[in-house]
Order: sequence, then C-alpha cells, then structure tokens
Amino acid sequence: MEGMTFIVKTITKLLIGAIFLFAIYITFYGHLTPGGGFAGGIMLACGFILLTLAFGKKMSLGKLSDFWASLIDNLGAITFWSIGMLGYLSGYFFMNFIEKSNPFGLFSSGTILISNIAICLKVGSSIFAVFLALTIFGRFISDLIASEDED
Amino acid sequence: MLILFYALLIFCIVGSIIAIEIRNILASVIAAGAVGMALSILFLFLGAPDIAITQVVVEIIVLIVLIRSTVSLDNTSPTKHRDTFAILSSLIFFGLFLVFAFMAFQGLPKFGEPLMKVASNYLRDSVTQTGASNVVMGIILDYRAYDTLGEATVIFTAILGSFVVLRAKGKKRKEESDRVKVGIPDKEDLPKTLIEVEE
Repeated sequence: MEGMTFIVKTITKLLIGAIFLFAIYITFYGHLTPGGGFAGGIMLACGFILLTLAFGKKMSLGKLSDFWASLIDNLGAITFWSIGMLGYLSGYFFMNFIEKSNPFGLFSSGTILISNIAICLKVGSSIFAVFLALTIFGRFISDLIASEDED
Repeated sequence: MLILFYALLIFCIVGSIIAIEIRNILASVIAAGAVGMALSILFLFLGAPDIAITQVVVEIIVLIVLIRSTVSLDNTSPTKHRDTFAILSSLIFFGLFLVFAFMAFQGLPKFGEPLMKVASNYLRDSVTQTGASNVVMGIILDYRAYDTLGEATVIFTAILGSFVVLRAKGKKRKEESDRVKVGIPDKEDLPKTLIEVEE
C-alpha cells in the first residue's frame, strides 16, 4: 500500500478541502484581514504536500505534476510583472489603475486583489515544486544504481 | 503579559542553543521548529498578525521538508570535534559586538517613535488612497509594490536554480567517471534502509 496508514488517509480526506478553502480565503481577503498571497500560497503547497505524504507520489503527481507546477509558477510571475507594466496605461510603474470602490468590500482595492492571486499561484506551485525536486533528488541514487544494473 | 513575552523570548534563545548543541539531527530540527512557533507568538504580542501567520506556515513547511530529508538519511548523528581557537575568537568578537552595540543603540530613538514620519502618512492615507483596509497589504502591494516584485524575482530565481541542480535526468549521459567524481558509493556500501525506503 502506497502512502501512510488508513487513519491518516481518512483524516486527510476530511481535512484537505478545508485546508484549500482556508488558503483561498486567506488569499482573496488579504487586503481586508491579516494574511495575503504569500501565506495563502504556502497553505496551498501545504495541502499538496499533505496529499503527497498521505497517498504517495503517484496520486499527488496526478493532481499536479512537476511540469504543471513550474508552468503555473512562471504564469504567476508573468501575471504579477504584467500588472506592474499595465500601470503605464494610466501613469507610472505599478500604478493602481483599476477603479476603487468603497472600503471593506471584496473588490475595493483595485490591483491588490489580482496581485495577491498571482503571488498565491506563484508561491504555492513553486514551494510544491521544491518539495517534488527534493523527493526526486532522493530517488537519484537508487535510479543511478538501477541504470547500472541494467548495463 | 510582559512576563509571558520575556519568558517566550528566553524560550527562543534556549531552544536555539539546544538546536545547535544537540547531537541528533532530528532532535535539532524539532528544537528549531519549537523556536519558530514561539517566534510566531512573539509576533502576535508585537501586534503583527500578518507576519505571525506567515511565520507559522513557513515553519511548518520547513519542518516537513527538513524531517523528510533528514530521516531518510541514515547518518543522523555526526561526530563532533571542538576547536578551542574558533570558540575563543568568536566569543571575543561577540563581546566586542555587544560593547559597540550598547554604545550605538544609545543614539537610537525609542521603540515605536521612528525618525522617519512616512509610517504615520501611510497609516492616515492608506485606506482612502489604496482602498485596502489591511494597511500592510496596502503598503507592500501598492506603495512598495516594486519591492514585492523584487522578492518575487528572488523566489523565482531560487526555484529555477534548485530545479536545475536537483533534477533527476541530466543532459549528459551518465558514465563511470561521473559516479566516482560525485562520490556516490556502490550498492554494497549503501545502508540497507535507504535502498528499502526508496523502493
């Protein structure tokens, strides 16, 4: 059986939705309450790492492979940079060009919400990618031995 | 409340010393994790919930990754040798640092009364100018967004570097001389538990 015991798998099934939901809440309400894109992104990565530890590599790589993780990482970085460049449309670099409404609403602060989402995607996928790279590195020695055995 | 604050501060220092001095690497990692948790409560005392949340989450990730990478290795208790000259010189320089820091910190303004008055402007105008009721987010993603772009670039470059260094498949073909150069042992020399875990 791949992964951990039956108890861990059951608890993970119950908790994983709440973890992802809380990560998305922290990200989307970053400009209203404490939190933000960085903390939300690391919570997303935490959820994926929990999936990896509980159900094994195969299951979590099916949800988010290392190729898609690095792709989402790049997309988040490009989105954040282009928000800065779009500021030139109405003035200067990183100008808050979207109309601001009354405070304490979800869409009250213009580009800050979009920047938070971009940073969340970037940080979450990249931290998960580092975890994957470390586990791939663990496999490296045994892979080398296996390839030598074939020769 | 102040007593609790100083108790946590002393707990942090004691935990750090334990993390450095203890022989077992797994116990050292756990001690470092306890220090991180205490640090996040200290941030709450200082009125910085944003940093406290980030500290807790990052600490958990670091603990998981470190335990994952130390437990799978068999060699978790390295041998230790003392170097009296290094300890003596570092103690002397630490004492010098304390003396000069005591002299230098006399000239600083009191805690919470900065010389620069930018922060009071931010606190007054942040909600009307940026629309974000969380002033921290208003500063790091609106007034100081250029700094945050630099941070994102640092993370991006670090991830890119680790992916290049840690990838499993190289572009060159693996040869016998590479194995000797990197120092990877033969299968007979490896501890049995490592091979079993990886399979």
